[in-house]
Amino acid sequence: MGLHKLALLGAAIASAGVIAATTAPGSAWAQNEQFIPGLVYRTGAYAPNGIPFADGARDYITLLNERDGGINGVKITFEECETGYATDRGVECYERLKGKGPTGAAYFSPLSTGITFALTEKAPGDKVPLITMGYGRSDSRDGAVFEWNFPLLGTYWTAANVAVQHIAKEMGGFDKLKGKKIALLYHDSPYGKEPIAALDIMSKKYGFEFLPIPVAAPGTEQKSQWLQIRQQKPDYVLLWGWGVMNSAAVTEAGNVNYPRDKMIGVWWSGAEPDVVPAGEKGAGYKALMLQHPAGKSAVYADLEKLVIAPGKSLAKPDEIGSVLYNRGLINSMLGTESIRTAMAKFGNKPMTGEQVRWGIEHLDLTAERIKQLGFEGMIGPIKVSCADHEGTRLSRVHQWDGKKWNIISDWYTADDAVIAPLVKDTAAKYATEKKITPRDCSKES
Amino acid sequence: MFYREAGQYKASYQADQAIFPIAQDRIVVVALLAVAFLVVPFVVSEYTYRAVLIPVVILSLAAIGLNVLMGYCGQVSLGSGAFMAVGAYAAFNLSVRLPFLNPFVCILLGGFVAAGVGIAFGVPSLRIKGFYLACATLAAQFFADWAFLRIKWFTNYTPSGSVNAPPLQAFGYDLSSPTANYLVSLVFAVVLGLAAKNIVRGHVGRQWMAIRDMDIAAEIIGVRPMYAKLTAFAVSSFLIGVAGGLWAFVYLGSWEPAAFSIDRSFQLMFMVIIGGLGSILGSVLGAAFIVLLPIFLNQALPPLGALFGWKISTATVSHFESMIFGALIVFFLIVEPHGLARLWSVAKEKLRLWPFPH
Repeated sequence: MGLHKLALLGAAIASAGVIAATTAPGSAWAQNEQFIPGLVYRTGAYAPNGIPFADGARDYITLLNERDGGINGVKITFEECETGYATDRGVECYERLKGKGPTGAAYFSPLSTGITFALTEKAPGDKVPLITMGYGRSDSRDGAVFEWNFPLLGTYWTAANVAVQHIAKEMGGFDKLKGKKIALLYHDSPYGKEPIAALDIMSKKYGFEFLPIPVAAPGTEQKSQWLQIRQQKPDYVLLWGWGVMNSAAVTEAGNVNYPRDKMIGVWWSGAEPDVVPAGEKGAGYKALMLQHPAGKSAVYADLEKLVIAPGKSLAKPDEIGSVLYNRGLINSMLGTESIRTAMAKFGNKPMTGEQVRWGIEHLDLTAERIKQLGFEGMIGPIKVSCADHEGTRLSRVHQWDGKKWNIISDWYTADDAVIAPLVKDTAAKYATEKKITPRDCSKES
Repeated sequence: MFYREAGQYKASYQADQAIFPIAQDRIVVVALLAVAFLVVPFVVSEYTYRAVLIPVVILSLAAIGLNVLMGYCGQVSLGSGAFMAVGAYAAFNLSVRLPFLNPFVCILLGGFVAAGVGIAFGVPSLRIKGFYLACATLAAQFFADWAFLRIKWFTNYTPSGSVNAPPLQAFGYDLSSPTANYLVSLVFAVVLGLAAKNIVRGHVGRQWMAIRDMDIAAEIIGVRPMYAKLTAFAVSSFLIGVAGGLWAFVYLGSWEPAAFSIDRSFQLMFMVIIGGLGSILGSVLGAAFIVLLPIFLNQALPPLGALFGWKISTATVSHFESMIFGALIVFFLIVEPHGLARLWSVAKEKLRLWPFPH
């Protein structure tokens, strides 16, 4: 009786020892390799959206290795770590992966606003850049304060502004917004709350009534919120959800018969997993695009030949060409192109996080280069600078017809007169709170 | 042979009532502390600090806090996440509104605020018991979630509702390095853990245990239930609140109410139950078990699979992690329902007789 308890205790001590052994640092790395970490969530409430993104990000890196032997002859190694969208696990994954490879992690893309907030505190100390494409802190666009954050392609404030622009266009002008009511159905987390500041300002500027309606995470239960929407009858509903919350919202809208074409989702609420579960009820629903649509661009020719056909992809057939899979591809493309930019300055060897940061800050993708990469039609030109870590403020709107997404608008450019002062204010507030002296962007080269 | 107290005479009451009456225990504890303070900072990697040691140390403190309430006073609480949140947000607000205060002073004061809130939510415990009290403390959890999400003043009107810790400094020294973070957390945990150990050995702790064992009998022999229960709530919430402040300032750096959700409350409760109710050592063991096992499984499974030529995907690892973790919790509860601390005391009994069992 007592003996097996002792054995138990022994087992506990032994496992503690193994933990210490496995977590001990220092293994041999091939010297000419660039390490790119992947913080993914393939399980949990957000997995339907996390999986295609993770697969896309992974497949583009596999493609570079298969086709070009990496970046300028530097092979890329890639390792995933499952965060389950939880902040503390995300931090653990970050700590685990940041030092891998001969030069450490090139950059992190946590695909979670909560994890981004936590890593924003750690990245400057570790000198690892964060590429938060279309998410994260909206004020991190200000590179003078947020040296290590890159919300490339768009922030939530850009999204909020473009959504209002689209509503104004559908109504026939900004003057028509006066007295109208726009509701924001949002995921009750930093992610969902980010657009509120921008929408508040716009509601004052254009004279519409702004109605924020929170949904508790993960967002499967929305009956009372939709009851409120039925009572208040907003002219438009902006949807700021993620994971199961999106499909639940679209389904509920169908149940209470709120017109789906008066709903506009942010780009995280505009992918296939968000509307397919709603079935017929999803038809007519609109969402912003993080520039790129669903479908296949020129890069797919190589991708299908070298990655998907030989079975090197984890993606299921219906994921390939979907919105979030494409977003994963673009995320890795922007990251690896930044590494390439850095190599042009520092030489063709594995880049450190600091060098990659310089590369992202000097990323300049022209339309021609984008075409060369096979991403024509996916994104517009992007030019990042010290003062502007977002690089571009373009977006379009697409609509779900029950089977596929159709692009229904032209390119919108967010109105910087609305956003820039807000960015400046909140970034300055952050700088004072954290006692950061902003860089002087005019002196950066 | 080595572990026996024969020949150690206690000549005074003081010696008889020491925390560790046996000399070998004292040596082991002092040696452990010496290793933790003097050896660890020179040998471990940054990953071990950030992912292993700091979370274990901080959550141990929180588990000690919950153990005071659940293990010593017998009051079931599902509101520990809320008290951590109160500690964290109080510390944040103090640091924002009184910027001249040292962040660590803010954390301590945050603990006192949490103690006040704990007393308020402890008042129902005078009338309700057991599962019903668990429900009442659950209200604290939901109230805290609501307050820190909705009342903008608490988050200093940040647009996203996520707040940042101030830079960690004291007396002009920058304490943001992992080593400094670890040492600071360890100092908090050791000092407060020692204080908790002494409180539970003293007259207050005896009152708590009397209430736990049989509240009517305790009342008859002169223990005031109100005083005993509310002091338990206060001390427990103070410790949990300080742990919450450390978790926010030292471990996360930037946080939102989700960091202190109901999941955190359950996690702390599991730590206390698996570690051992009514044991300070158990709290530490439980925290280590709950924090480290998932990380260990997550890292050990892929190489283990590779041994058998099986390439495990990230998702599969995560599923296995949950399954094995759950199974191990059930296993430990079946073979040792009194927790890991009990395993240790069994081992001690055996050691006393070794190598000559009866």
